[in-house]
Amino acid sequence: MEITEELIDYLQKLGRIRLSEEDRQKTMKDLGSIMGYIDKLNELDTTGVEPLSHVFGRTNVVREDEVTNGDMRDKIIGNAARKSEETILVPRTFD
Amino acid sequence: MDSKEILKLTALELGKAIKEKKTTSKEATKAYLDAIASLDGKYNSYITVRAEDALKDAEAIDEKIASGELKGGFAGVPVAVKDNMCTDGILTTCGSKMLGNFIPPYDATAVRKIKEEGMVILGKTNMDEFAMGSTTETSFFGPTVNPWGDNRVPGGSSGGSAASVAARLAPISLGSDTGGSIRQPASFCGITGLKPTYGKVSRYGLVAFGSSLDQIGPMGRDVLDVAYMLNVISGEDPKDQSSADAPKLDLEAIKNFDLNGKTIGLPDQYFAEGMDEDVRNAVMEAVKLFESNGAKVETFPMPIMDYAIPTYYIICCAEACSNLSRYDGIKYGYAPDDVEDLMELYIRSRSEGFGMEVKRRIMLGNFVLSSGYYDAYYNKALQAKALIKKAFDEAFEKYDVVIGPVAPTAALKAGESLSDPLKMYLGDICTVLINIVGVPAISVPCGFTSQNLPVGMQIIGKHFDEQTILGFTYAFQKLTADKAYEQQTAEGI
Repeated sequence: MEITEELIDYLQKLGRIRLSEEDRQKTMKDLGSIMGYIDKLNELDTTGVEPLSHVFGRTNVVREDEVTNGDMRDKIIGNAARKSEETILVPRTFD
Repeated sequence: MDSKEILKLTALELGKAIKEKKTTSKEATKAYLDAIASLDGKYNSYITVRAEDALKDAEAIDEKIASGELKGGFAGVPVAVKDNMCTDGILTTCGSKMLGNFIPPYDATAVRKIKEEGMVILGKTNMDEFAMGSTTETSFFGPTVNPWGDNRVPGGSSGGSAASVAARLAPISLGSDTGGSIRQPASFCGITGLKPTYGKVSRYGLVAFGSSLDQIGPMGRDVLDVAYMLNVISGEDPKDQSSADAPKLDLEAIKNFDLNGKTIGLPDQYFAEGMDEDVRNAVMEAVKLFESNGAKVETFPMPIMDYAIPTYYIICCAEACSNLSRYDGIKYGYAPDDVEDLMELYIRSRSEGFGMEVKRRIMLGNFVLSSGYYDAYYNKALQAKALIKKAFDEAFEKYDVVIGPVAPTAALKAGESLSDPLKMYLGDICTVLINIVGVPAISVPCGFTSQNLPVGMQIIGKHFDEQTILGFTYAFQKLTADKAYEQQTAEGI
């Protein structure tokens, strides 16, 4: 698997990440060697094997939707980088 | 009781001494805080130390012990908590600049349970950023140093939880394990660390990394401490739908565990080329000891192990990139203050808030999940997971436990694997399979290398059969009491 400049651009876009030029060059090299090793998985014969997500085969677990938390509003808003007294602030999202 | 005596006690012994009024929670907490103040400048095992608050908590707990409200074996005992578990009102950084200011508004379930037991949280321990790493060198708050000296890493990602216990800066700690993050640092630091069965301990309030793999577990100097701690933190939790109700451990049965007739499987691949000679010898010596005490030992092939690393890194990065998409610089976490465009805020918050290893795994995860590659990588890894589970199911039809090393080497020199991520990933070869299958495994000190670095043996059990692996571990600790691997600490502390 070749790691191209275009692929790095695409992955930056998907991950909302912007790398410095130096990090970008290193990432191309590192992802190249990691993917080279990961491609070893192609040698494994998985014909007819069902993909497994949960080891115990648990499916949906449901519970009553009851409110158990107390009022945490101030604590929650307190963690936002931009806030007013009453709410979290975000940059303008439309004109 | 003087503080030197306090630091020597196991967590259960300390709990007992407090109950018998030989010391108090406050005195014990102070002894540990003093030790941290004098030594942690060197080890950097804590990110946050709760100097005054811990003493206040201890005082309140002493009153509750006196009134009979708190009766547990760990009531009054101090504890260190890895900094990826939410603690109400206490900074929880996950070793990242991204969460450098994050103060959780609630407790993780495991944290709530140790508080209910009456334990005193000394502080939050250092870790690889977002638990991504095997050396505790990717922490934004600087690397943790292995107390065994010689410029060695403590392992990771729970390196702070391991080093703090090894250096006697905490009697016991909580870590988390996604691909070996409890077991490998336990091995590197010469302590005992247990990764419970997936679902045994609630993940509610654990900062998510690989949700199908993450599990909280205890790290201590003594196997009974570790067993008791699992009883404190385990149990089904309505707030984590993957948690399960399983019986508590019977500590008396662990103490009386009989090795006679028990079966041990040794996978060939765990002892193959590439494993350090000293590590292999130490583990084989331990296995021989089990054999000479009545256990039956057999080797068996486990060729699927060759695919452990690719399968693990595909699954964990896929889950990590999804989990870490929540960091947008808005609700919580780092955000630059000079941005007026929403997309730019996302990009700059993430680019400036995450370190390189985290970015690398986000990119890898997005790659294996992206259109056109999903089948070739992610789906293929889930098929490999099915085959890995089958291999373990077959092994556990024949054996009570499977034993191997925890890592191919003892603790590495600082900086050795940081420059080459693939090299670091390959060091996880002995531990990642266990998370993929969800079975429990423990790392217990079993000897030393020629350079006097601790070596850990890994004992792997069936789903929800922690009882058996702790039985083996206790038996080993008893058989090697004269060597007391788990009680030796660096620099004669």
